[in-house]
Amino acid sequence: MNPKNKPGGLIKFVIDGQKVEAGPGWSILETARHHHIHIPTLCFHPAVTPWGSCRLCVVETRYGKRSQVVASCLTRPVPELEVMTNSERVQNVRRWVLEMLLAECPASREVKDLAAQYGVTSTRFAIKDPNEECLKCGRCVAVCHEVVGVNALTFGSRGVTKQLETPHRVPNNACVGCGCCVSVCPTGALQARLDTVRGDLARRTGHGFAH
Amino acid sequence: MGKIKDVQELEAWRDRLLAAWNPEQPVVRVCSGPGCLAQGADQVAKAFKAAAKKGKFKVAPLIKETGCHGLCSKGTLVNLAPADIFYVRVQPQDVPEIVETSLVKNGVVERLLYRENGKRCRSAADIPFYRLQEKVVLKNVGDIDPLSFEDALAAGAYRSMARALTRMTPDEVIETVRLSGLRGRGGGGFPTGYKWRLAADQTRQNPGPLYIIANGEEGDPGAFMDRAIMEGDPHTVIEGMIIGAYAMGSHQGFLYVRHEYPIALHHLTIAIKQARRHGLLGRNILGTGFSFDLEIHRGAGAYVCGEETAIIASLEGRVGVPVTRPPYPAEHGLWGRPTIINNVETWANVPHIIDKGAEWYAGLGVSHSTGTKIFSLVGKVNNTGLVEVPMGTTLGRLVEEIGGGVPGQARFKAVQTGGPSGGIIPYEFKDISTGDRKLSRGELTSPDMVLETSGFPVEFESFVQAGSILGGGGMIVMDDKDCVVDLARYFLNFLGEESCGKCLPCRLGLKGMLEFLDNFAQGRGDPEDIEVLQSLAQAVMDGSLCGLGRSAPNSVLTSIRYFREEYLAHIQEHRCPAGVCRDLITYRIDQEICDGCGLCLEVCPQNCIAGRKKKPYSIDSKACTRCGSCQDVCPMDAVIVV
Amino acid sequence: MKKARQDIDSILEKYPRHAHHLISLLQDVQEAYGYISPEHLTLVCDHVGAPLTQAWAIISFYKSFSLEPRGEHEIKVCLGTTCHLKGGDRLARMCERDLEVKRGQTTRDQRFSLDTVKCVGACALAPVVMVDDGYLGKANIHSLKERLKKL
Repeated sequence: MNPKNKPGGLIKFVIDGQKVEAGPGWSILETARHHHIHIPTLCFHPAVTPWGSCRLCVVETRYGKRSQVVASCLTRPVPELEVMTNSERVQNVRRWVLEMLLAECPASREVKDLAAQYGVTSTRFAIKDPNEECLKCGRCVAVCHEVVGVNALTFGSRGVTKQLETPHRVPNNACVGCGCCVSVCPTGALQARLDTVRGDLARRTGHGFAH
Repeated sequence: MGKIKDVQELEAWRDRLLAAWNPEQPVVRVCSGPGCLAQGADQVAKAFKAAAKKGKFKVAPLIKETGCHGLCSKGTLVNLAPADIFYVRVQPQDVPEIVETSLVKNGVVERLLYRENGKRCRSAADIPFYRLQEKVVLKNVGDIDPLSFEDALAAGAYRSMARALTRMTPDEVIETVRLSGLRGRGGGGFPTGYKWRLAADQTRQNPGPLYIIANGEEGDPGAFMDRAIMEGDPHTVIEGMIIGAYAMGSHQGFLYVRHEYPIALHHLTIAIKQARRHGLLGRNILGTGFSFDLEIHRGAGAYVCGEETAIIASLEGRVGVPVTRPPYPAEHGLWGRPTIINNVETWANVPHIIDKGAEWYAGLGVSHSTGTKIFSLVGKVNNTGLVEVPMGTTLGRLVEEIGGGVPGQARFKAVQTGGPSGGIIPYEFKDISTGDRKLSRGELTSPDMVLETSGFPVEFESFVQAGSILGGGGMIVMDDKDCVVDLARYFLNFLGEESCGKCLPCRLGLKGMLEFLDNFAQGRGDPEDIEVLQSLAQAVMDGSLCGLGRSAPNSVLTSIRYFREEYLAHIQEHRCPAGVCRDLITYRIDQEICDGCGLCLEVCPQNCIAGRKKKPYSIDSKACTRCGSCQDVCPMDAVIVV
Repeated sequence: MKKARQDIDSILEKYPRHAHHLISLLQDVQEAYGYISPEHLTLVCDHVGAPLTQAWAIISFYKSFSLEPRGEHEIKVCLGTTCHLKGGDRLARMCERDLEVKRGQTTRDQRFSLDTVKCVGACALAPVVMVDDGYLGKANIHSLKERLKKL
């Protein structure tokens, strides 16, 4: 965006007071990881395009007089940008997301552990399904589409009723049973529901029908 | 007439039409906007057409079914020219009398005139609702037959386009739009001229197609500005887009229209066909060598598709999930090419700016916020409808003078502006003016500045201070019978359904905020919960990706800011002062007023109303579920909330 | 069945075989049949070369698509802001009680489909209920009941 930001060159900026350099095309998150600065995430996975759904990786950026909270996995740094990975605004977002996640996927050990790190041990929100582990982060959908290329599962519906689904909510013969979705899942939710995705072994063609 | 070869031929045709016009021919304009159609305007028009064939006239009248006249609450509206008589609440059975009195003779049907404070207004210009407006974009809406190309032509359509294409360079067009001070009308508030300049530069650096899109996915409930333009004067949108395309060097445009607007879709489809047939769209427009064509896309029913990246996803045949910016559509948009998306109302301003000049336009409104803005005035207001006023008009003037105030004995409590993403502005702010916020110099260098900083930058400066945004221009007037907690719940519900569901702060946060408000509405919770809710709202605003999530908590935050005591009444006193929240009210039948008609007994689903005909009835409040059916049907208004 | 097959072919043929046209094509199918059947969904995907998951995401995301056949009469209760303030939700609840369906559903006898919509643009007449293509303005429980009786 910034004219000073020439493609190809290293970008020098600051994370939590530490001077850092970003390689070409790196996001703030990737740069932070390169410099061993920890930013929590649930939906980011190096194998797939960042999607930015969990918003736990938010950081506060300051550029000149402007300050804003952005998802570090999706934002590319500009020279002289100042990034704060743990400001009050950032922590507020993370704490609330984690508290709401405790109600959304109460069965997930990973979410519980991460929440505890931010001092969130209980939730004020209503728990719909105590056995739920899925936070609808989208890693499985992305890996199936981008890496495996069979598009066996997707998100259905929208808004507060968004669900991980297969077409017509029946096991899908497009699934090749590779298990990539299970291995990228941050909470292990896919392990339990693989059989709702995987269809008839005999008919698996790689690009088939639901029926 | 087929293809128009050049500008001379276009102007010659226009001259012929104007010369053929007989100023004495009576013209009956029947409003066929959505409000009037719902009240039977099609039957009124049919009756006029039948009467026009039969009656004995000196000159047979011309019956036009036009776009929205604006004063929806008094429909069906009928305007007679040249007599300049404005009739309201016309029913099909009134038509013979109108024909006889005002078309055959020179009289006036007094009972169908608009009445203000007991005074009858003969022409529209006598009515404050119209007198205080300044129509620029809506000039021809309500005047012309939107299906007639010749009507549009006679009213001046495509004159600006011809002028831009033959007498201005693309840079001059952009410069004119920039100097006019026009800013995006759909929510962005970004200076249109700058945006065009960025796109033009972008294509110069990166040669290839550039796409332009008109955003007609007008999803805010209670807003129908774009609909009125698309239905009432479709050629003006097309003309604005051709001018923009010429200025930026685009050859393909898209009109993205909300699927709930079948009439707008129909009128635009016909207008595009007409423009193509006459060589105003397609190859070599008016022999200038410039080519441009337009395609209509129906929205598929998603509020979030008002967001630019979601529109692009939708046009590409995908789910309308917003993606992060940058890259901005102006650099990397539809199919990876630079794409400029402007609201329908913004495009419709362009021909007027080219026609009358940047200086004239900049003289309208206030310095940093020029031109006019269309508002839809709905809710608890007497003159419900569509109004166009110069920027800077105060809220009080809009609601009280133009809108005629709140009906009955109720008190004007607040205005909800900017749709579900906007806020609630209390009556005390009635003197704030409606103008875009001033932009700093930094903000003008690139669009992301404006777009990023506030998520939803639509803000009219004064509105920002009040915590709301102007959005598309919906204004919902509330009186003291409307509960702010209930309205905030309504908007959270709306946005929860309409969110794409990608970001956790938005998807879970909307649900979470709603849990807090549901508690309040049931009289539960702690006063401290209000601060907790504010903190959650901040997290949703900071944590979400697109404008929907970033502005979603606005109604909650503004209602807390201005009506905290109403929240406290719910939480501490278990009382809903407006008498809306079902768990906190009791219905009672006023024994003095009830005349014992028994309608309430018939509709009560709980059978908890007792009494005998002609005697006052009573409600067993223990069994009552407070569904409100009895109150709804009572012809005496005897069912009261205690 | 054969005739329906014929029709779907003529809809498909209007569009080039490209995934860009997925939504437009589905809209045409929805318009022609009133809903999108699993068979049609598969045919559309095969035509434009899009994965079934993409089409499923689209029809469950956008509100104008229906997965089930609609009832003979469509009742749409407007719940735009103005209608909400003026008691639109009461009307929706009454319909739910009287027709014994939830909003978004169709009665078992396929007579009525009940829906709520976000603003039909007739705010001056709030609360508004659309019964098939007609508007019932300034509706109350009584007038709505009378209107439904006439169907």
